Amino acid sequence: MLLKMLFSSLLAAGLLTSGAAQAETVRWARASDPTTLDPHSFNTGTNFVLLHQMYETLVGRDVKGKLVPMLATSWKMTADPTVWEFKLRPGVKFHDGAALTAKDVAFSLQRAKGPTAQVKSLLASMVEVKAVDDLTVHVKTNGPNLIFPDNLTNLFIMSEAWAKSKGAETTQDPASSTENFATRNANGTGPYQLVSREQDARTVMKLNPAYWGKGQAPLQITELIYLPIKSPATRVAALLSGEVDFAQDIPAQDVARLKQDQRLRINEGPENRSIFLGLNVGGKELKTSSVKGKNPLADARVREAIHLAIDRDAIKRSVMRGLSIPSGMIAPSFVNGYSKAMAAYPKVDVAKAKQLLADAGYPNGFDLTLHTSNDRYVNDEAISTAIAGFLSRVGIKTSVVARPIAQQSVAINNADIDFYLYGWGVPTYDSAYIFDFLVHTRGKDGRGPTNATGFSNAAVDSDIVALASESDKTKRDQITKRIWDVVQKERFYIPLHDQVIHFASIKRIDVPVHPDNAVLFKDVKLGAK
Amino acid sequence: MSDVIPSPAPPRRGWRQSDSPVKRAFARSRTVQVASAVLLLIVLATLFAPLLAWQNPFDSGALELNDAFLPPWSEGINGAFYALGADDQGRDVASAILYGLRMSVLVGVSAVLLSLCIGIPLGLVAGYAGGWFDTLLMRVADVQLTFPVILVAMLILGIVRGVVPEGVREQVAVLVIILAIALSDWVQYARTVRGAVMVEKQKDYVLAAQLIGRSRTAILGRHILPNLLAPILVIAAISFAHAIVAESTLSYLGVGLPPTQPSLGTLIRIGQSFLFSGEWWILLFPSLVLLALALSVNLVGDWLRDALNPKLQ
Amino acid sequence: MLAYLLRRLGQSALVLLAVSLIAFMVFRHIGDPTISLLGEDATLEERAALNTELGFDKPVPLQYLNYVGKVVQGDLGISYRLKRPVSEVIAERLPATLELALMASLGALVIGVVLGVYTALRSEGWLSRAVMTGSLVGVSLPTFLIGIGLIYLFAVELRWLPSFGRGTTVKVGGWETGLLTASGWSAIILPAITLGFYNMTLIMRLVRAEMLEVLRSDYIRFGRARGLREKDLYFGHALRNTLIPVITIAGLQIGTLIAFSIVTETVFQWPGVGLLFISSIQGVDVPLIAAYLMFIALLYVVINLLVDFLYLAVDPRLRRR
Repeated sequence: MLLKMLFSSLLAAGLLTSGAAQAETVRWARASDPTTLDPHSFNTGTNFVLLHQMYETLVGRDVKGKLVPMLATSWKMTADPTVWEFKLRPGVKFHDGAALTAKDVAFSLQRAKGPTAQVKSLLASMVEVKAVDDLTVHVKTNGPNLIFPDNLTNLFIMSEAWAKSKGAETTQDPASSTENFATRNANGTGPYQLVSREQDARTVMKLNPAYWGKGQAPLQITELIYLPIKSPATRVAALLSGEVDFAQDIPAQDVARLKQDQRLRINEGPENRSIFLGLNVGGKELKTSSVKGKNPLADARVREAIHLAIDRDAIKRSVMRGLSIPSGMIAPSFVNGYSKAMAAYPKVDVAKAKQLLADAGYPNGFDLTLHTSNDRYVNDEAISTAIAGFLSRVGIKTSVVARPIAQQSVAINNADIDFYLYGWGVPTYDSAYIFDFLVHTRGKDGRGPTNATGFSNAAVDSDIVALASESDKTKRDQITKRIWDVVQKERFYIPLHDQVIHFASIKRIDVPVHPDNAVLFKDVKLGAK
Repeated sequence: MSDVIPSPAPPRRGWRQSDSPVKRAFARSRTVQVASAVLLLIVLATLFAPLLAWQNPFDSGALELNDAFLPPWSEGINGAFYALGADDQGRDVASAILYGLRMSVLVGVSAVLLSLCIGIPLGLVAGYAGGWFDTLLMRVADVQLTFPVILVAMLILGIVRGVVPEGVREQVAVLVIILAIALSDWVQYARTVRGAVMVEKQKDYVLAAQLIGRSRTAILGRHILPNLLAPILVIAAISFAHAIVAESTLSYLGVGLPPTQPSLGTLIRIGQSFLFSGEWWILLFPSLVLLALALSVNLVGDWLRDALNPKLQ
Repeated sequence: MLAYLLRRLGQSALVLLAVSLIAFMVFRHIGDPTISLLGEDATLEERAALNTELGFDKPVPLQYLNYVGKVVQGDLGISYRLKRPVSEVIAERLPATLELALMASLGALVIGVVLGVYTALRSEGWLSRAVMTGSLVGVSLPTFLIGIGLIYLFAVELRWLPSFGRGTTVKVGGWETGLLTASGWSAIILPAITLGFYNMTLIMRLVRAEMLEVLRSDYIRFGRARGLREKDLYFGHALRNTLIPVITIAGLQIGTLIAFSIVTETVFQWPGVGLLFISSIQGVDVPLIAAYLMFIALLYVVINLLVDFLYLAVDPRLRRR
């Protein structure tokens, strides 16, 4: 009898301790599939989120947005303010068994600055990178850059030996007809290794048994299957039918239905992404308006009228189903430089808007075209249609042209657009990223590539440039505020809201929403079955 | 001398005793009677849409976003009555259906007419003249058939974007769809007409007309063409149904009408995002109406084909 | 006959050339490849440099000739988005679409013929009418709606079939097939129904119409007079005559199915060339778009040629030309 009890309790204890060795597969669905596994090819969030499971960066960002050590255990500005020093974590191995050294870091950062590496904009301030010893890296920047480490949260470290031996020393050369090995193969330091890759179908990853984070991270998921499902209705159906365990990119209108399902858990949180309207204020005449000979959007009163005509609360309630954070500022709350005061937005005021338009010389309004993407931001087309309604109410008869983001981006990059819906995420969590791309005069010093508004202010430009090399935090914040004051006053961008995103999963999986819409599956704790 | 007593009027006969086989067939089939009635209703609705609908859903300024997602038979913030509910932009679904019907019918009828105008003349000439023109036409048709309607739509969009100035492009969206559908449909008319002409031109009445010295145009237009009306009519009916359904698929793939001027097809495309979220009326009602329209046209076209087929008399 | 063959081949080559020209010309106007390749934040100098490297600054006719030259050698360029040779990508994704089209075709053929025969033989019965009306309902609704409706019913509510993907696939030689696994078969059912439905109704109506015609024809009447059994009459004589045009149409439709798989593959996340094409259009992946158009043209041309030669073999009247 006693022996039996002893035996069964030992058995029970054995079962408990071996629980972690059970196979746990998570099927993970998203809207789109990265088109390549090369970590430096594209600068898009979708790619990064998948790559973060297999590759790692020097520094990471936690759920609150704070920088945390990853492959670098510590970093600091050296005595020379243009040189940053990173100390690497010892004992880290790549999936093929090779050890991580500073040489790999130096190689990766240089590779990321290659001609067809689209992540190179994140390393714009890097001049040189050197491996000082096996675990120390020095990066020289062009002028003191206080926030340089913020740029490294999506810069993945590859193995130099692997890349060179497999012919993946640089990112894909567009004129070459052979495929780069890194397109469909991955060799990182991350918690998951690539098992198989079928683009548009599935990417299968398994737990890396030699991962350095063993013991520090839960590492409960042993197999991860990434499933891109393009059609939103199908993605939701897959969740409801039990074919998928964890899904992102949930359409706002389906959240309520999913919340009702007892088997599912829905987590919600603000995204580090701001949605706004861009106005062409620099052109002499607009191509898509009925006003000939002058540009109505160049008049501040017209811009103010548009600002007041939009009912952001109605958009939140009806279009976004309550799932947005209306804002008066094109920076989300996580970003350094954000202030509640500046983010305050006016209540809709149709009478005042009409008055302003009359004052500006358009008592009967005018015609205008709003260009929007239809596959990038949450309900982008519906938001634009609603805005067309609001503007038409005050006399600006707006027609909407919706197209895929790839085509919309082209028009914006060529500054060949008058009035557009756009969204912007801030991976560095600092306003400088917004200014560099959206506020600085287009085409000068490589800045302002996505500033299609034609706004150009020399004083603001020099402030923006100064931000990159100002090492005193207080001074830096003052310059930031100065620039924001101009942006808010000139209103060539009309802020709408910050996006709210959802993670939908089976009840066992509880993942808090990360503002970058990112998940690190190594950290996920699974509940009871 | 003429009769003093006028002869009695011939007894009135219903369609069942009519001389025309088409009329007889119509009187016999209950289904087609119903389908034709539906079609008539839809034509009337299309013509009188502005009178029947209290809201013009194409006027974005007239919409009340705060009324969005009201269920059927409810009242809005300003007292407006939404018989079939409101959609995601606050459009009254009933009004949107009426105006959307107009757009759909416009697109369908225009596409079919354009197809006819391209296909019939080409088919007539190719069938009658033969030779290199015929071969050229058949090879052009091959090329044309390579491109299903969505490819054609995207191609035309590409050309339009490159050629037409920015401001005009949105108004051109409707034309692009019509052109796209017409360009992918003209081939079947051309082929049918060509085939029929090749058969007809061997017949005696054509030989006779040629002997008299009638011009080719006259022969084609006055003699051969009327004999082709039956099969053309059948194809046209079915093409029309196909066109209005195709427009919905084009909208789903991103090359449809602008969201501010939705046709039935576009309403359906917008509505399918709400399949799971519980606002079923946004999808159901436009789908039912599109179904009724396409089904009626298909039924009538089908029946017409059987009724006009001499082999089945 | 050899002259006819050569002429047809020559005409087909011209057709392919025409399509390649259209594909090349028009898609130069959609999107800017340098932005696709270098990213949104490329400087103007970098874009100019890439333009020169890719030969985009040469005169357009020269670019076209270069393109055709490469195509003939099998080099269709590198996809801007996928960073892989286009020919490889298409070859990889083709089996998925071909299997889907084949299943849809076969299903449409078999079910279409069966229903066509039934509705011809029992043309006044209520089931017949219901089938006819049901088929018309199917073609009066857009394809994506039918697909999503099927997913809702069979995947979400009944949980009988999967809502997306191909299931488990097995690589046989170079061909990735889903037909060797149970999950592969259950995954292909809903997409095949969605894709093949229109064809099924076409074939059904065709068979019905032909059967009705044949049933009234002389040789059937004489067969009855001879005392042949109804069954032999229907299936021995009538059906056989009906099947020839039906099979021709079904064959020609395979090309259409492959082209129309675009919508079905998008709804069901079926990783074939249709989904590839729509992603390429949205991502402005010009080499892939052009290659897809050429490929579809090639398919049509080949199928048309085969059908023409089949007619030649079958119909002696044509041989004397």
